[in-house]
Amino acid sequence: MKRFLQKIPDSLLRVSTVFLVFIALVLTLRSLIPESLKNSEEHRKATIEREVAHPVRHAGSEVCADCHEQYDLKKTGYHKNLACETCHGAAQSHTEDQEVKPVINRKREACTLCHVFNPSRPTGFPQINPVVHNPGKQCITCHNPHDPKPPRVPKDCQACHEQIARTKAVSPHVQLECTTCHNVNEQHKVSPRVIKANIPNDRSFCGKCHATDSTVKETPKVDLSSHGEKYLCWECHYPHMPEVN
Amino acid sequence: MNPANEHLYEMLRQVSGYIYPNEVEFHWSILIVVYPYLTGLVAGAFILASLVKVFKVKQLQPVYRLSMLTALSFMIIAPLPLQMHLGHWERSYEIFLTPNFTSAMAMFGFVYAWYLMVVLLLEIWFTYRRDLIRWTDTDKPVMRFVHRALALFSKDTSEEGERFDMKAVKFITIIGIPSAFLLHGYVGFIFGSIKANPWWSSVLIPIVFLFSAIVSGIAMVMLLYMIVTPLRGQKIDMACIDKMASFLFVAVIIDFSLEMLDFIHRLYESEESIKILSDLVMNKLFISLGIVQVLLGMIIPLALILFIKLFRVDEELRKLFYFLGAILIQMGIFATRWNVVMGGQMFSKSFRGLTVYKMDITGIEGLLMTFVLLLLPFVILWILIKVMPPWETSPSAT
Amino acid sequence: MERRRFFGKGFTLLAQFGLISSVFKRASAEPTDYDASKHYYGMGIQVNKCIGCGKCMEACKEENGVPKEPFYFRTWVERYSIKKDGEVIVKSIDPRIDTLGNTVSEKDVMRSFFVPKLCNHCDHPPCVQVCPVGATFKTDDGVILVDSERCIGCRYCIQACPYGARYLNPVTSTADKCTFCYHRITKGLLPACVEVCPTQARIFGDTRSTASPLTRFKRMFKLHVLKPSLNTDPKVQYADLDGEVR
Repeated sequence: MKRFLQKIPDSLLRVSTVFLVFIALVLTLRSLIPESLKNSEEHRKATIEREVAHPVRHAGSEVCADCHEQYDLKKTGYHKNLACETCHGAAQSHTEDQEVKPVINRKREACTLCHVFNPSRPTGFPQINPVVHNPGKQCITCHNPHDPKPPRVPKDCQACHEQIARTKAVSPHVQLECTTCHNVNEQHKVSPRVIKANIPNDRSFCGKCHATDSTVKETPKVDLSSHGEKYLCWECHYPHMPEVN
Repeated sequence: MNPANEHLYEMLRQVSGYIYPNEVEFHWSILIVVYPYLTGLVAGAFILASLVKVFKVKQLQPVYRLSMLTALSFMIIAPLPLQMHLGHWERSYEIFLTPNFTSAMAMFGFVYAWYLMVVLLLEIWFTYRRDLIRWTDTDKPVMRFVHRALALFSKDTSEEGERFDMKAVKFITIIGIPSAFLLHGYVGFIFGSIKANPWWSSVLIPIVFLFSAIVSGIAMVMLLYMIVTPLRGQKIDMACIDKMASFLFVAVIIDFSLEMLDFIHRLYESEESIKILSDLVMNKLFISLGIVQVLLGMIIPLALILFIKLFRVDEELRKLFYFLGAILIQMGIFATRWNVVMGGQMFSKSFRGLTVYKMDITGIEGLLMTFVLLLLPFVILWILIKVMPPWETSPSAT
Repeated sequence: MERRRFFGKGFTLLAQFGLISSVFKRASAEPTDYDASKHYYGMGIQVNKCIGCGKCMEACKEENGVPKEPFYFRTWVERYSIKKDGEVIVKSIDPRIDTLGNTVSEKDVMRSFFVPKLCNHCDHPPCVQVCPVGATFKTDDGVILVDSERCIGCRYCIQACPYGARYLNPVTSTADKCTFCYHRITKGLLPACVEVCPTQARIFGDTRSTASPLTRFKRMFKLHVLKPSLNTDPKVQYADLDGEVR
């Protein structure tokens, strides 16, 4: 053994010793470190435990039904799919201690958050122009937030179809009523997603005003037999803003 | 308002277009620019040294030990900016204890450790061992102990011992060259493997990083040699510097070509991200990329060296050109790192907006700290030069 | 004699304490009757239903204690306005401002809609891949969580997320993001954002169930995910997603 060691150059011996010591140190250190610091499985379990232990702040709607009759009122109205906490904020603390009251925001901004006119909202969502629609008044004066039927059934389609109404208002079709082209049952104003309005389904409908033999004055006329034969009129011309190329 | 958030409100005001709301905060600061710059110098200086040992470029002999010490001093400081940037630096040991094997960053920790311990330190040790022993004869007591300890208390001054040392150095250098490539290529891979970011995600990034590292390393050693040699009262070996300049020239051409290739390739393929990236380059990075990185950092140094190659230029003017060129290159390579790291964060992943980077002056990730971090390696180098002078060599050793 | 008695009593006390505490330890270490391997969660979002009210953003911050400043979001809603000339204007909604009215010019808008965004809890998460210390991981029920005790705050995961879903929590200095309200779903509750959405634009459920709103969602609509070319396999799927959405 000694002869073997003697054959190895002195420098290599010293360097190898240093390396071995270093590796031994590292291994010792690793074994000294408690398992809890090294074990990834344990860390993940601990993380999951910590996450699950976070306090729940929103109680969920069903809980409110136990004490509040507004819940039953809400069940049949337009706001039936609205969670109580959407408007009243997180209420878990209230379920644990009745003295802690959730938010009741009676100001206009609580309602305009959803209902102020915004063209990006889906069509048919009820929206108002806050400048002309009873400015300054609290919305709840006329609309019960738990059953927000409008006090009068809206005459206009504009109440929910503001975007279309505004577009049409600056178009050549401004003088047409919505009902000129769309047959709609009054029930649509009550259950809008169930009872839908219809749309015309053939070219002759537009032809009533725009065919060359139409008797209506001052409308642009086209020969329906040759103009855009394969297509329905509104596949090119947006009926609410019927621009021509 | 939390004062730490004030600068975020300020940045919010300077956003153009659309960025995801979580992107207002700039995540990787100037410290993460300093880091690849420093490791690049390590790899570059080492490659220069390996030219002597493996490729037997005799003219570079005078700077061999200097390059090794330069590599070491930058290597020691390079992890500092990373540590300082972490949200929890006290947990950084976890990278070695429970590394995630799919993470390039985690694996890089091991590559770095390997390179530092097995390649750099070993090579320096084998190179210096004989001289360390020799110096103990004439040392003052404190330095004598330091030299003896550094030599690992070896007393072997035999010929076979020295021959073994030289063989070991050659062997380590041969392993060291791919290790150096791996070291800085890996840093490039850390960026290049992020598919979420089209500015970074590219096969070319590791290679561009590597070659810009070689460029900066050679230029740095050149600068140091040209500064330290007159300070010692010695004459600059012009053959050495001319050779370094030649290698620098080739390296800059390769680096420039690779970057042009990336640029042309992006424009030609014209993928979805090209619009926002063009916006980024023309508006936010015009000065740092067009002017500093390309014009000042590559074209002008290339022109300077080319001029020297084509026309007979006398010694003094050559030294001036080399000096200027090397400084411009340092600025250019730093700008390269800046453009990669900052550029990648200045545009939104929605491809629809641009944001700004506001650098603090003070604070742990500020400008002053950057200067300190850039100066520290030179302090370490100064200490190393004092303890292990790279020029007093025994007649037979190299 | 006194000493022996004292020590004897001490030991018995210690033993009793040890026994009791081990019982308690077992009780808390005892898994609840929630078995993660029996669930695999996903979310569906119906873009045509979102009215951009921002209640989800508010509820999420409230439920999860997210800092209220506008730089940290676990979920947010984007508003797209696509003009007739093809120009696309995007902004994140800010309910405090948007309640006062339309803030984007309506002129020449071809189509316009809201898109809720959140962490997609990808099945091939790039964030999990790059975390150097394994602090972020996927649970057995498919949720991506962050271990805030292990996270070193290197921000690599934030850079790797293609969706901008992650942020650095300024209080803990660790990475943070949507957890699908893990503390709620493991108790059978819905995530807070799903709970308060007034139009049910968000649907949450078990992807393995055969009868649930999520199953119906996957049957009725043509589904999209964000950035499919990056092969992250998101578990948040969108119906009616416009091609301009990134």
